[in-house]
Amino acid sequence: MGRFIARRLLQGIVLLFLVASVVFVLGRLTGNPADLMLPEDATAEDRARLIASLGLDGPMHIQFARFVGNALQGDLGTSIRMRQPAVDAFLSRLPNTLALIPWALLLAMAVGIPLGVVAALNRGRFLDRAAGTAAVLGIATPNFWLGIMLIFFFSVELGWLPSGRMGGPEHYVLPVITLGTFLTAGFMRLTRSSMLDVMESEYVKLARIKGLSETIVIWKHCLRNALIPVLTLWGVFVGNLITGAIVTETVFAWPGVGRLTYEAVIYRDFPLLQAVVIMKSILILSVNLVVDILYAYVDPRIRYS
Amino acid sequence: MSSDTVLEVRDLATHFHLRRGIVKAVDGVSFTLKRGEVLGLVGESGCGKSLTALSIMRLLPKGGARTVRGQILLDGEDLLARSPREMRDLRGSKISMILQDPQTSLNPVFTIGEQLREAIYRRTGGSKAEIMPEAVEALRRVEIAAPESRIGQYPHQMSGGMKQRVVGAIAMCGAPQVLIADEPTTALDVTIQLQYLKLLQRLQRETGMAILFITHDFGVVARLCDRVAVMYAGRIVECGPVARVFERPAHPYTKALIASVPKMTGAAGRLTTIEGQPPSLLDLPPGCRFAPRCAAADDRCRESYPSSFDIETDHTADCWRLEAR
Amino acid sequence: MRRMPWIPAVIIAVIVAMALLAPLLAPHDPIDQTLKDKLLPPYWMDGGDSKYILGTDAFGRDILSRLIYGARVSLIVALLALTAGGGVGLLIGIVAGYLGGFVESVLMRLVDAAFTFPAILFALLLAVTMGQGLGTLVIAISLLLWASFARVIRGEVLTLKQRDFVALAKVRGCSTPRIMLTHILPNVLNTFMVLVTLNIGVVIIAEASLSFLGAGIPPPTPTWGLMVSEGRGRIADAWWVSLIPGIAITLLVLSVNLFGDWLRDRLDPRLRQL
Repeated sequence: MGRFIARRLLQGIVLLFLVASVVFVLGRLTGNPADLMLPEDATAEDRARLIASLGLDGPMHIQFARFVGNALQGDLGTSIRMRQPAVDAFLSRLPNTLALIPWALLLAMAVGIPLGVVAALNRGRFLDRAAGTAAVLGIATPNFWLGIMLIFFFSVELGWLPSGRMGGPEHYVLPVITLGTFLTAGFMRLTRSSMLDVMESEYVKLARIKGLSETIVIWKHCLRNALIPVLTLWGVFVGNLITGAIVTETVFAWPGVGRLTYEAVIYRDFPLLQAVVIMKSILILSVNLVVDILYAYVDPRIRYS
Repeated sequence: MSSDTVLEVRDLATHFHLRRGIVKAVDGVSFTLKRGEVLGLVGESGCGKSLTALSIMRLLPKGGARTVRGQILLDGEDLLARSPREMRDLRGSKISMILQDPQTSLNPVFTIGEQLREAIYRRTGGSKAEIMPEAVEALRRVEIAAPESRIGQYPHQMSGGMKQRVVGAIAMCGAPQVLIADEPTTALDVTIQLQYLKLLQRLQRETGMAILFITHDFGVVARLCDRVAVMYAGRIVECGPVARVFERPAHPYTKALIASVPKMTGAAGRLTTIEGQPPSLLDLPPGCRFAPRCAAADDRCRESYPSSFDIETDHTADCWRLEAR
Repeated sequence: MRRMPWIPAVIIAVIVAMALLAPLLAPHDPIDQTLKDKLLPPYWMDGGDSKYILGTDAFGRDILSRLIYGARVSLIVALLALTAGGGVGLLIGIVAGYLGGFVESVLMRLVDAAFTFPAILFALLLAVTMGQGLGTLVIAISLLLWASFARVIRGEVLTLKQRDFVALAKVRGCSTPRIMLTHILPNVLNTFMVLVTLNIGVVIIAEASLSFLGAGIPPPTPTWGLMVSEGRGRIADAWWVSLIPGIAITLLVLSVNLFGDWLRDRLDPRLRQL
């Protein structure tokens, strides 16, 4: 198991390096990144000074080395607008986003998985079609619009829930629903197709031959196996949540890293955006690693090979 | 129904209702299984053997399959008249089944011990601690070495032969009166096959259970079975004691089958085959289903389905050619 | 679902018509500001004006006209992104699948990496560095697509290259590029089209999201995502500005998904597994 972890860790580092390289290149695609940070009326000397101070002069490989060197020391640039190290800005906001994500994931699983099981059990009948339609609707509705409409209904018109900002439990309701809807549909579809596959297995037939009750056959023998593919996608799902948070936090004025990303885009704060992308990549890689380890634990076939 | 018959199947028919038509996969199958005997059910792939077994267990696959007529009398009671609940109670206790592919019959995410425990629990109840010794004993009975160490293992950690023994152990947990074995050795290595058959034989003699042994392998039938039923295109065409069916096959299909088995003795030559293909189950001929491939077939054979004729005691075949006698 | 889903088909047809015939259908110029007419509700409500059927936004621009022109953007971007992203994915899939070995390893590793990291982030980065515009947007959305295309196509190619007609071509002395082009490519087109139908919805939502975040086509060009964003600030008293374009997006993606499902089912039920 230790070797497995070590190998995945190494893969993660290589991927991270790849990401950093891509970010580096993207930043220099259309000239010197310093140009993005200069006001309109900057003079040539201003420009030269900025470039030197940021270490953006010199040949590419030197720049890259500087970039990586700084990164390893935890320096991913300074936000233009906020005038603080980008990493600090990110880390200070991160807990707020992390407060939101687990709830969305929980909602998606609590609603999506049972729906998927019900749909699979009632294949082709009304319940299946209804669940399927709900799922397609969940996927088709853009989450930024959903959030705005929810605010309109529950906050503006009905006044039941607050329209944004972080706070007590009532502040969590709408953002979690917005963030989790797309994912719920995904869980439902995946569980359904996975269950359908598993339900035809020979070992399910054997469970019935043993005379086990239908409840046990479905919820113990089928679901346990059907959830394995779902688990492998957890990494992807969390990745979706992290990006989904960009829009959700923006709509609900939630002070997390998603909103930070939005601000970096709107204000063309390139150093901040660069840092955000790299930090988020680290986050996603970590989650994927944890998921892989969990997967090995859940599927005994992987564990013992 | 005499008291020494434990399972009697009368005119069983299971059809698949598909969009393109009705596939009559099992179409009027009748046989009896006596207590303590081993009946072989042979036929080529696709003749309906497995589906017959599933019909008896009432575990038809999803997708349009329905048992449309017949009676399945287990100890005198018709299984087709039972409620799902009653049927469930019977499965695993009075009647049980071994599936063909050991690689897929066991649930990969549960230990062997857990899968055995489920089966034992149904019969005796009890806590995990109470049941485990029984589980170990069940493994020992199917000749698995060091059963205590195997209890905590997962299926993928075992060989195919061992897995199939576990499947056998699970099937026997409820001390069934009837065991249906659906080609249990087909997926095993040839060297393991023999061991497994010997195991089955021993278990059968110890418990006195009746076995319906489904296979396409005549060698296995010769070794294990008391009687044999030959199946073709959804019906049984011949049935009788093994020795007699082998020495004096009555139905042209049986004759052809036996002739096509390569012989170990005598001169080597070309292998005999049976000309043609089995009929499509969507579009069955009105008469004998083997007629298109039968050298001795005449118009009557093609037009009406042959009745059953007794060749000698307890040996019947469905063929018009036998009417004269 | 045997019968063709009429409603989704009609919706798609209407929106395509909107896109193609925008200049003919739109009652007003979409970017023409008439500030005295700003924030008028749809005509069936109090204060509405039949001149502006669906009302106006904060700059007095007709919502219906902007909606119609917005359809253009959505469909053009979808078309371009699917061609570019799908095309690149197709190419990489064929090359990786057919050549195998080291090339395949490297390319598939790249695909795995692309799957791990959310492309939206790179899209945003692109928008900031390269500036907003159609080109940036198309490249950004293509980044979302290419990996899934590449992976599926490569799988297809792996099975294809075992087939006899490929061996025959090799025996006849066909060069590798020629085999890939004339033998492999036509046979994966079916799968390619299926992937395209599966991803239209994804692309439309991606474009809308990027527009909403201010990383799409810059104003004053009307795009549905941008319209939703513009209406956000006045949601309390002018909810129609955000509601209407959002409904359009949802309806289009819904229709495309439902119709696409039916189409795939019709063509080959086996493809459902995709």
